[in-house]
Amino acid sequence: MNTLKKALVAGGCLVVTASVLAGCGNSNGASGSGNNTGSTGQTGSSKASLTLWDIQTGTQQQVIKDMVNRFNQSQSSITVNAQFFENDPFKQKLQIAMGAHNPPDIWTGWGGGVLKSYVDAGDVYDLTSALNADPSWKNRFLPSVMKPVTFNGKIYGVPNDNVQPVFFFYNKQLFKQYNVTPPTTWAQLLSDVQLFKSKGVTPISLGGKDKWPDLMYEEYLVDRIGGPQVFDNVLAGKANAWSDPAFIKANTMIQQLAQAGAFEPGFSSVSSNQGEDAALIYTNKAAMWLMGAWGFGNVLSNDKAFIAQGNLGFFPFPSVAGGTGNPQDIAGNPSNYYSISTASKNPQAAVTFLKDAVLNDQNVQDWINIGDVPPVQGIDTKLKNATYSDYMTFTYDLVKNAPNFQASWDQALSPAAAQELLTDLSKLFLNQMTPQQLSADMNTYIGK
Amino acid sequence: MNWQRWLMIAPALLFFLVFALVPMLVAVYYSGLQWNGISAPTWVGLFNWRHAFANGEAVHAIWLTVELMVLCWIIQTPLSLLLGVFLAGKQKHRAIFGVFYFVPLLFSAVAIGVTWSYLLNPNFGLIDALLKAAHIGSGNQNWIGNPSIALLVVSLIIGWQFIPFHTLLYQSGAKQIPDSLYEAAKIDGASPLNSFFSITLPQLKYTIITSSVLILTGSLTYFDLIYVLTGGGPGNATQVLAMDMYKEAFVNQNIGVGSVLAVVLAVSGVVLSILTLRFTGFSRMESQLEGM
Repeated sequence: MNTLKKALVAGGCLVVTASVLAGCGNSNGASGSGNNTGSTGQTGSSKASLTLWDIQTGTQQQVIKDMVNRFNQSQSSITVNAQFFENDPFKQKLQIAMGAHNPPDIWTGWGGGVLKSYVDAGDVYDLTSALNADPSWKNRFLPSVMKPVTFNGKIYGVPNDNVQPVFFFYNKQLFKQYNVTPPTTWAQLLSDVQLFKSKGVTPISLGGKDKWPDLMYEEYLVDRIGGPQVFDNVLAGKANAWSDPAFIKANTMIQQLAQAGAFEPGFSSVSSNQGEDAALIYTNKAAMWLMGAWGFGNVLSNDKAFIAQGNLGFFPFPSVAGGTGNPQDIAGNPSNYYSISTASKNPQAAVTFLKDAVLNDQNVQDWINIGDVPPVQGIDTKLKNATYSDYMTFTYDLVKNAPNFQASWDQALSPAAAQELLTDLSKLFLNQMTPQQLSADMNTYIGK
Repeated sequence: MNWQRWLMIAPALLFFLVFALVPMLVAVYYSGLQWNGISAPTWVGLFNWRHAFANGEAVHAIWLTVELMVLCWIIQTPLSLLLGVFLAGKQKHRAIFGVFYFVPLLFSAVAIGVTWSYLLNPNFGLIDALLKAAHIGSGNQNWIGNPSIALLVVSLIIGWQFIPFHTLLYQSGAKQIPDSLYEAAKIDGASPLNSFFSITLPQLKYTIITSSVLILTGSLTYFDLIYVLTGGGPGNATQVLAMDMYKEAFVNQNIGVGSVLAVVLAVSGVVLSILTLRFTGFSRMESQLEGM
């Protein structure tokens, strides 16, 4: 009896221990890509082995895996081992690996402030000379997309997936019904808002609960009014940069828009993360929606018929009279970028991979096939032949013609400053804060 | 005999040390660090304490937490008391009501948050649709997106979640009251209302105290439902202390300021429960049934 008990307890302990170990194993490992789960270090042979860290999921992850597999088959001397992580743990894992001087050879990122801090620490391989040595590689990409990885004229990364600019989606059915054409100026937008309002239609859908959709208005209006320099001053840490008249004017215009009743009732509790703002568009409750290019996918997955019937239209953010910013400027998420670590043992092999595999013809076609627009020159015809070509061509032209592609501010600011800005904007939209108060509050975060 | 005593309390003491006292002391130490959780920390002394209270955000969060505590108590106590006394009655059908009342107890806070945010959605939500059908208001009431009522709505939903639990406390408390008290009152000609106020309520004194301590300390640290329901918004209208602590420590990556708030939270929880117990005579545990 007693021995049986002991055996049971021992067995129980074993199970617990084993499951704990298994748990550790899972959290350490990548969501492994089948045949690619080999050792990551030097294998002793003359083959250069490269580790690649990425965060893609679903069909996009498949595109990356296909790209890596094709490259491995075409190469006799280089093996690339792709590992995929969840978005938020990835950022910390990379930070720790960098600090421990044991980073992956190639990793993905968003450029901007985070990449800059790694560059400043000397962790990132400078790609400038390699790109300059091969003009056909350098000229593969759309110029506006290279800004987030270019610091002091040096390039530290190359794009690897798709562009996601922010623009207005609109409900073509409602526009047709009330005989409205897409507005090209802010004044027209305001008069369209009045018109839809008078017909009992919500003029603009806004997912204010998540706060980041508010930021899109701020990014666009500040750029239209004062150009990219206004926000660059904030990033450069200039004293009282938030008091620039462009901020005050943009925030005043936001409040005018909100007070004109442009957004759906209760927009501050409508969630974009849960697709409630998209729902207003495809259920014909709202006429317009300012969103990143991914909004197309949101509508598509919820109401395919709405898109099949050609009811979803697009127009760029309107121009603002008297503004000094270029009306072709855009904001949003330019792309993800691959960078190489200086600690890599085979930087040349990594450069070969970036040059030959990333966004090569087949890879570009793979992205287009799953409905994404890669930031590559001269793919107009390919896009015209794709499914949903009107959406893809619109997105592509927007990025191609943009002199400046402003990456989302919350990526560029420090976490604390970004949070404060999002909270303040949420209050601004609800008229709980004046533009002057917002500027004064944000000024205290400069340089932090 | 002394060592046996220590042996007996050793397991509880160990758990208390490892999971309560040591983390609290570590939090006090962290509150003096300038640290984002990853890079090397630097010691800055009381800087974080001054910073946390200088920018008004923490004071706002403390004030909201006090409001939430008061609202929770006012909403939950009378309702749970009445429901508990009702369910303690001996009539058969009451057990069936009880089953329905206790359903919210079975749900996790996250499920409740998600469900209510769908119900309260101003454009597609059931609540507004029902109100519109009944011709009450505009049918577009913004429940959790309106800064002036968001906290009230949140505390009502917290009430919906926790009233069943406190009802359970009051039900068992009310069942313990001897029948002879009610019989005596009846003979003396007391109305049901009279016996409620003169017998049930005084007899439930300690249950009320227990339940109140749980409500007050519980709402002090309340986090998960608010996180799901409003995320602290709109603006910072529901950014209570626990939410603010999370935001500072893990979103703003400012472990130091987050620890300051954690210490404030822990100390006020302890002080609050000590005060409640002191002022209500709970610790003396006088008998309620003298002469019985």
